[in-house]
Amino acid sequence: MHPIAVLLVQRIALSLLLLLAVSVLIFVGTEILPGDVARVILGQGATEQAVENLRREMGLDRPAITRYFEWLFNALQGDFGVALSNRRDIATAIGQRLGNTMFLASVAAAFAVPLAIFLGLLAVRYQNRWPDRLISGITLTAISLPEFLLGYIIMFVFAVQLGWFPSVSSIHGGMSFGQKLYAVALPAMVLTLVVLAHMMRMTRAAILNVMQSAYIETAELKGLRKLTLIFRHAMPNSIAPIINVVMLNLAYLVVGVVVIEVVFVYPGMGQYLVDHVARRDVAVVQACGLIFAAVYIGLNLVADLVSILTNPRLRHPK
Amino acid sequence: MNDQFRYLLTRAARGSLDRRAFMGRAAALGVSGAMANTMLATAVRAEGPRRGGHLTVGLQGGESTNSLDPALAASQVPYMYLRACGDTMVNVNPDGTLDGRIAEEWSASPDARTWTFRIRSGVEFHNGEPVTPEDVAQTLRRHSDEESQSGALGIMRGITGISVQGDSVVLETDTPNADLPYLLADYHLVIQPNGGIDDPAGTVFSGAYRWVEDQPGVRHVLERFDGYWDDSVGHFNSVEILVINDGTARTSALQSGQVQLINRVEPRTAGLVSRAPNITVHSTAGKGHYVFIMHCNTAPFDNNELRLALKYAIDREDMLDRILRGFGSIGNDTPINEAYPLFDASIPQREFDLDRARHHYERSGHDGSPIVLRTSDVAFPGAVDAAQLFQETAAQAGIPIEIRREPGDGYWSEVWNVQPFSASYWGGRAVQDQMYSTAYYSGADWNDTRFFNEDFDRLLIQARGELDVALRTEMYSEMGMMVRDEGGLIAPMFNDFLDAQNDQIAGWVENPNGEMMNGFAPVLMWQA
Repeated sequence: MHPIAVLLVQRIALSLLLLLAVSVLIFVGTEILPGDVARVILGQGATEQAVENLRREMGLDRPAITRYFEWLFNALQGDFGVALSNRRDIATAIGQRLGNTMFLASVAAAFAVPLAIFLGLLAVRYQNRWPDRLISGITLTAISLPEFLLGYIIMFVFAVQLGWFPSVSSIHGGMSFGQKLYAVALPAMVLTLVVLAHMMRMTRAAILNVMQSAYIETAELKGLRKLTLIFRHAMPNSIAPIINVVMLNLAYLVVGVVVIEVVFVYPGMGQYLVDHVARRDVAVVQACGLIFAAVYIGLNLVADLVSILTNPRLRHPK
Repeated sequence: MNDQFRYLLTRAARGSLDRRAFMGRAAALGVSGAMANTMLATAVRAEGPRRGGHLTVGLQGGESTNSLDPALAASQVPYMYLRACGDTMVNVNPDGTLDGRIAEEWSASPDARTWTFRIRSGVEFHNGEPVTPEDVAQTLRRHSDEESQSGALGIMRGITGISVQGDSVVLETDTPNADLPYLLADYHLVIQPNGGIDDPAGTVFSGAYRWVEDQPGVRHVLERFDGYWDDSVGHFNSVEILVINDGTARTSALQSGQVQLINRVEPRTAGLVSRAPNITVHSTAGKGHYVFIMHCNTAPFDNNELRLALKYAIDREDMLDRILRGFGSIGNDTPINEAYPLFDASIPQREFDLDRARHHYERSGHDGSPIVLRTSDVAFPGAVDAAQLFQETAAQAGIPIEIRREPGDGYWSEVWNVQPFSASYWGGRAVQDQMYSTAYYSGADWNDTRFFNEDFDRLLIQARGELDVALRTEMYSEMGMMVRDEGGLIAPMFNDFLDAQNDQIAGWVENPNGEMMNGFAPVLMWQA
């Protein structure tokens, strides 16, 4: 088998193993929470009988190992059980929420990633001159402001003052793709600003690093235009660090945007998880934990694979 | 005013001319914007309710854990959607009288222990089935059951017998209870087919609107139920409730016109919000109040002189201005205000009086050690600041208060009702009896001031069985005086409900029983 195929299979297997380990951690974590889960759910006023009923219903009277494998097996088939708080099917609810989260993340990423890389290239092209400083200044200001403040400012300007976009980004099944895009314009804008600086700075640093190399000097001497040089010659060799940062930010767009969800009333995963943590709804917390972990591991796997594939030394190991 | 303007006004009020066009033409006729706006609002009110339109409400207090099961409702969004989709036996009117809904009329036995409610005929559930006395009885039974975890369990405990007799439901109580019909207005007690025993979280109710879409924590959509028995309510074609828990987001949504109605405007921004020409902020005096509670049985608060000293040492007016920005009214160290039926307004108001505070403090013989007051951000909005204001005014009377700030997590289990002196809040109850029974009766679980007074308990029980309104008012007045002068409650202020609407809807009526017209705004308002 081609060594690269072996490498890929190894990586994927390793990721699956990691996910399994995370699932154990999540299960044990919710298991060792202080106090009896059934009692926590029912509150202080619960009668012994009610607690006993709920314990049996949740299967808490059986050994933890059995319950773990049952949970894992069902989860692999897409069955996360029902929420303890309102008896709704978790998989259906998460399906909707995850879809929404992914939609917002994709829209934000579709703007943010190309923009960040382009701005990074531009910053290298005009290194230490005013375009570079302007780009760095603006993106660093945006990342330094707390997300909610940035959200409020953008909401005030674009929704309240100008009235261009809605301040409530609530989307639902009955909306067309265009309507959805219009609805998420403001949160996508804020998220773009939030993740821009990190990716832009990393692009700039990684390319500048390569720009010191001798082959770049050669290219320069042979008379290539600066932007062509950066794009065609410097960029391919700095893809690995850039892709790593991009993936990290994509993961953030999926799992870390609860504040933006609250500000723009967006029905994503974050708010769903927080609501259920507040009600000690263990089943939902486990499901969300597993999905978030899978997103992180998956995106990191992609980052690894891309850096391997773009690096000739890793692609053709001696 | 010329005829042309009057013609425009009528057309705009009937809705055949939209507001923007009306304003434009009014301006062309030389009528100022503000003037035209006011006249339009008056004309719309005069035209009366109109059918049609879509209402979008932005509400705080919804979670993705919400259920349609009325027994489990505990926050603002379920409260509002249950009011819109369901019907209770009775409603409490803004003036404190009762309005029969599912129950058409009712009567009590002379000892006020057996109540007979005749169920209205011709009322339909959303699935077309008739609402029967059996459905009503089953609903009450389900909420009386410990297993249902119903939020109405506390008020159902006193009901010992529920039975159906012909077209009536008969309720028996363990002690006389002249207020029983008021308790049945609780929003948990909406009638469900067979009491919801088969399907507690089902979508079938009997209210003015029926369910279209239910996404907990996100949005709830309802449409008008055409088979509703009372066509004087439920004017919108459809009602959409958007869960907007963030205060700034809620205000922005109203300002940008995405929603027409919001609850819980923050007191610090209410002034700014109401400055916009098309937005009205409604400040409604309600029954909720912010309190500092002392345990009457724990040193040093077991000394009434010290309790009085602390009651005189609090500057209520100042606190109302600073903590609630004036959106409230000052309290009188009783949990009752004019929003309650049978309130006695002649009880003298307790004033801020440093001399008296000093006098009572000296008589108490307190050793001068700091008095620990526990507070937290979750006790009520601004509770930490309020405690500091209290500390400062008390210091002027020579009373040393030490503030201990407690974490919000666990405040309601570790501090409130446990520690002898803490900050807290009460949401108020339907009637005086319910408020006093919940928190001031010697045997109450939530007697958070540890107020044990035999005379008070005796009066409370006696008032329950008293059907003569004048005599009851007198009894409640006497009880109010007892709590005010001997109790452990310092109630510096009652907070107002702050709701806001824009000018696309009309028909707001002040209702002290709860925010958003006691939850009935979507049912009673109409499109302007």
